[in-house]
Amino acid sequence: MTNLAYRDYLAEEKLPTIWCPGCGNGTVLRALLQAFAALKLDPGKTVAVSGIGCWGWADDYIRVNAFHGTHGRALPFATGIALANPDLTVIALMGDGDGATIGGNHLIHAARRNVNVTALVANNFNYGMTGGQYSGTTPSGSTTSTSSLGHMEEGFDLCSLAAAAGAPYVARGTVAEPAKLARLIEGGLARRGFSFVEALSPCPTHFGRFNGAKTPWEMLRELKTTSLPLGILADREKEDYGKRYARAAGGERKEGSA
Amino acid sequence: METAGPIFASGNEAIAEGAFAAGALFYAGYPITPSSEIAEIASRRMPGLGGMFVQMEDELSSMAAIIGASLAGKRAFTATSGPGFSLMQENLGMAVMGEIPCVVVNVQRSGPSTGMATKPAQGDVMQARWGTHGDHGIITLVPSSVQDCYDLTIRAFRLSEEFRTPVILLADAAIGKVREGVRYYPPTEEEKGVRPLPDCPPSDYRPFAFGGATPPLPPFGGDYIYRITGSMHDERGGQAANPGTADRVIRHLTEKIEGKRDRIVSVRSLALEDAEVAVCSFGCSARSSKAAVRSARNRGIRAGLLELTTLWPFPDGEVRSILSRVKAVIVPELNLGQVAREVERLNDFSCTVVRVNRVDGGLLKPEEILAAIEEGAS
Repeated sequence: MTNLAYRDYLAEEKLPTIWCPGCGNGTVLRALLQAFAALKLDPGKTVAVSGIGCWGWADDYIRVNAFHGTHGRALPFATGIALANPDLTVIALMGDGDGATIGGNHLIHAARRNVNVTALVANNFNYGMTGGQYSGTTPSGSTTSTSSLGHMEEGFDLCSLAAAAGAPYVARGTVAEPAKLARLIEGGLARRGFSFVEALSPCPTHFGRFNGAKTPWEMLRELKTTSLPLGILADREKEDYGKRYARAAGGERKEGSA
Repeated sequence: METAGPIFASGNEAIAEGAFAAGALFYAGYPITPSSEIAEIASRRMPGLGGMFVQMEDELSSMAAIIGASLAGKRAFTATSGPGFSLMQENLGMAVMGEIPCVVVNVQRSGPSTGMATKPAQGDVMQARWGTHGDHGIITLVPSSVQDCYDLTIRAFRLSEEFRTPVILLADAAIGKVREGVRYYPPTEEEKGVRPLPDCPPSDYRPFAFGGATPPLPPFGGDYIYRITGSMHDERGGQAANPGTADRVIRHLTEKIEGKRDRIVSVRSLALEDAEVAVCSFGCSARSSKAAVRSARNRGIRAGLLELTTLWPFPDGEVRSILSRVKAVIVPELNLGQVAREVERLNDFSCTVVRVNRVDGGLLKPEEILAAIEEGAS
């Protein structure tokens, strides 16, 4: 336990961030660090695992242990870390392309497996880093750099997906309401087992201006009126993989069968 | 599991036992023929060892999970075969770039693609070397007996810790499935090796320090707070995509292994002292080669065998040495010449290099190799 302010978790010497003006990632980062501070997380016992994409840079700005892995695989890396040392607080920082598209299979299996990891997906509805192509959450009809005719596919409702896959804790917030978002992340970190928190976030550079929101402010206003449900969407007690395994293995060792 | 004398076991069993003897406490994997027994044994044995087993959703995530576990301080391994090894290439590169120790067992089967799941092959020689993108060094060990499976798995863990790198144990379906005598002994501390820990103050620790020996790697969760990354990085693991840093990092990833060949490369020699024909082989084909060399000697041909138990770094010096003093080098392998091309690369001596290849899912017969030896001797 520590008594740090959220700024103490921020690697201020790395600022400014690489993110565009009007991007929501900085707000998600602050909400995350506020959750760290609220829970008094020990930086030495905390590991931030990131994927690839704009939000994948987040761990570079955080003063905790960090692992910056390959595109889409943050959750399996986090799974190995969390299972090998159950005393660590492990958070996977992923975007919608990273965590829900190339990494979509890992997401549903992590939810089902219920490893003690919090997944924080910053969902800006497109691949910002590579120039605004459509992702697994891009709404149908949207114009992106690879859907000039309007997007032909439906986007995932990630929270419904995570809840259906069995995640004990599922919540959605937006950067339009950052204090609420921080509390939702805090709730996920506090709950043992797999927690899924989605942060809806604007990408004015690559998404908003081609889809009817000419300014970042208009994008934020749209997030406030999103039709996706917000708040805590699942909150249920389930024994996580590590605890269950340790309990079963302890029983086996006592019987001397190993 | 220690045994007083030899017991009867398969190569896959010996690989699993070798890993446990080496201190492995984490296994993540995905079922695939012909390596699945290793996962099954790990699932049964890990609870009693105080370790952890998890079956992941694919080989991408299996490789990722062992990397995560290794950073959290556990010796970790996975086992797979061709199609799974292809998927592991992505995060094998992560382990190379992040300099994360782990052991990857590939029980080779016939490919490409799904190929023939139950049939042995040695077609992944170059995939082991260059399967993941970008320049890098890699260590690959090759067993040819069940005892080798035990011994070389222990060695793989030691080398992975010493060099902070993934090590590939390149077995094959024949060696994984064959049952023969093996002795499970407790390895010495030296044989097991240790992961060096830093002794500097935490604020001075640099996980990717340039120059000198490979820096130590403390487990996540201690006093050392640090960042590991698969992106181009500075000494502290910060993002650093600049030319000077990139040049240093990429050369380091190659040099830390190529420059220490003496500590890594191992070969076996049989009757090479007076040989006029040498057979150069590895894995299951080395067994057929051994029989062929004995038959040749019985017929009065001065034949010998150089068995490569390390494929990467390639034993350049050892192979050059035989090329320089024999009339012909025979290279039997269950592929169409992946090791033969390495031998030819080293042939500055006008030595005849004869390929003996089989890719139909069967093993090389000693007679096929013997015929090549006779041709080479004539």
